[in-house]
Amino acid sequence: MDSLVYATIKKITEKIEQNKDFLTDLDREIGDGDHGINMTRGFTAVLTKISLDDDLDISSTLKKVGMTLLSTVGGASGPLYGSAFLKASAALKDITTLTAPVLGKILTASLTGIKERGKAVKGDKTMVDALEPACDAFVFALSQNASCLECMDQAIAAAKLGVEYTKSIAAKKGRASYLGARSIGHQDPGATSVLIILEAIREVINRKG
Amino acid sequence: MVGLVIVSHSRMLAEGVVELAYEMADKALHIIPAGGLEDGSIGTDALRIMEALLVADTGDGVLVLGDMGSSILSTQIAIDLLEDEALKQRVKISHASLVEGAIIAAIQASIGDPLDEVFNATLQVSSFSKL
Repeated sequence: MDSLVYATIKKITEKIEQNKDFLTDLDREIGDGDHGINMTRGFTAVLTKISLDDDLDISSTLKKVGMTLLSTVGGASGPLYGSAFLKASAALKDITTLTAPVLGKILTASLTGIKERGKAVKGDKTMVDALEPACDAFVFALSQNASCLECMDQAIAAAKLGVEYTKSIAAKKGRASYLGARSIGHQDPGATSVLIILEAIREVINRKG
Repeated sequence: MVGLVIVSHSRMLAEGVVELAYEMADKALHIIPAGGLEDGSIGTDALRIMEALLVADTGDGVLVLGDMGSSILSTQIAIDLLEDEALKQRVKISHASLVEGAIIAAIQASIGDPLDEVFNATLQVSSFSKL
């Protein structure tokens, strides 16, 4: 398996685990209080199913990650992140190296997967509020010939603004939408886990130099 | 007969709804629970749901009833993951209330109603009297 892809998945798992209580606390405010627990369970299961020695290309690796998340996360983030990875897997047939344009493809396909599955749009207080601006920023930076790290920096800056924005709006999707206006003032856990995943990807790219 | 799959975040809730639905159903009817995760945690698992769809179908199609949120998202994925294109076309998801929907679906499926009619019957449950 591509060592960069493996390192990225490992880093995502590590950062999700570090933020388990934080994500769960955010979800306790406006949801069912399990986002950190669910995401940690899902990514921990992923790490038991893949190994650096596996003879898998990038597409097959992402598929395996997606399938594992579908059956181990439990909450809505399972089918949503699962669809993101499966859609990214489908977009990467025959690609063997993780480059900036490939990462751009992964982010774009992930966003499409999440939007198609969850039917959420920007402003619904979901993952989309972080991922869509991040994706747009990444693709724009890429078009300006920025390096992979610079593209990720732009994506993360945009995702941070997106997470901040979720505090100002009421949820229109998921369990938090039952709270209506009472969800205003709280940061969306799904948008937050998107940001954490993007930061994990950046750390691995940065280490690679 | 149309098969039924009961999807819930809770394994016990799914199994309980199945138990209740069989009270009113032909014992030959397939009513398959797909609740919780494999390790018993609360949540929904698209792969467990997909397996339940395969068990539930006898050729006349499957109606799925879920509790909320990811039970529907996971069921949509389970349908996408089916390799049998013909089976994909004969699975429907009802958004009816889980308990009442499961019972009315069990009754209609037991008398041999086709999938569309079992599905339509579940849509009427919100106007049913509990007494």
